[in-house]
Amino acid sequence: MILFELFYTFLIIGLFTFGGGYSMIALIQSAVVDHHAWLTTQEFADILAISQITPGPVGINTATYAGYSAVIAEGYPTVVAVAGAVVASLAVLILPLTLILIVGRWLLKHKDQAPFDTIFKGLRLTVIGLIAAAALSLVPTAFSPTPTGTVTIFNLQLSIFNVIIFAAVFFLSLRKKASPILLILLSGLVGFLIY
Amino acid sequence: MAKYCELFVTFFKIGTFTIGGGYAMIPLIQREVVGRRHWLSDTEMLDAIALSQTMPGILAANIAAIVGQRLRGVKGALVAVLGNILMPILFIILIAALFSRFKDIPAVQHIFMGIRPAVVALIAAPVFNLARKAGVTLRTVWIPLLAALLIWLLGISPVLVILIALAAGWTYSKLIDKTAKENGPNQLNLKL
Repeated sequence: MILFELFYTFLIIGLFTFGGGYSMIALIQSAVVDHHAWLTTQEFADILAISQITPGPVGINTATYAGYSAVIAEGYPTVVAVAGAVVASLAVLILPLTLILIVGRWLLKHKDQAPFDTIFKGLRLTVIGLIAAAALSLVPTAFSPTPTGTVTIFNLQLSIFNVIIFAAVFFLSLRKKASPILLILLSGLVGFLIY
Repeated sequence: MAKYCELFVTFFKIGTFTIGGGYAMIPLIQREVVGRRHWLSDTEMLDAIALSQTMPGILAANIAAIVGQRLRGVKGALVAVLGNILMPILFIILIAALFSRFKDIPAVQHIFMGIRPAVVALIAAPVFNLARKAGVTLRTVWIPLLAALLIWLLGISPVLVILIALAAGWTYSKLIDKTAKENGPNQLNLKL
């Protein structure tokens, strides 16, 4: 049954999410796109876009949306998909919250001591790689040829406009700290106008 | 009972009116929990944030749980977390149901063609921000690089990579404990 599979999948994702929403995105992508093939990379990219411009934590939004879409992709009706959305969102929270409630106070005292200081520093560094891998695996979808302005570099067919959008958003987000909502809405407008 | 309602409403507000998640929520949580309601002191709030960043899970939900637990135990934690995520979940379900009807319209397709590279950029940018915050140096940069290559090129599961990192961190800590006991724990440099 899809709901049990969703529950188990997102339970594990919650336990291994260190360092916030973006590492959860990497884990959800790996499970939902690569492992279970419930969604295509393109569908997942669109889910991410919507999750970043709607209220709430990006991790929860992505879990809710991925849960919903996975059930639809398996051919179940909308009612089951709504259940899937709720199951995925709650499953992702269960283990982290249990841990916080049980060992939270104790860990607060010990997190800066051995071996936890080293473990957490190592995890922080590892998670950066996780997020980078998630971004890299979205590249083919994001730069795939568009109706106008396709360029061939070596053997790769790239959409020149999308490379420009990427560069602009990357710069504005990293250097100017521009709001993700604004950047996504502007990129959508650009897409609407040029394609 | 009144306290549960207050907890629920406070975190419902925080969950409903912040877009972008954890880091966008922190200032609002601080204003509500420390400034307006005086549930936690400044220091307790900073501790809660630090712990939430250390523990697995979603930052905002973790903070909600800690504040709720502080006021009304486990039940308080559940009330605060549910308040925090209720609106986001309902909103996404609504959007998901609507979007499946509109996604094949050409105009919507074109809009998303423009949005997809922006999504990649918005995931790539935090990589560099996090690297700066984590203090990545030439001696430690191989850790994120190796993790990225294992996942991206070899298709190894991120869960497995995290497990390896946990085991490696623990082993390394045990090794330096033996060799450099005189150093304080915070002066240690990571070089597995």
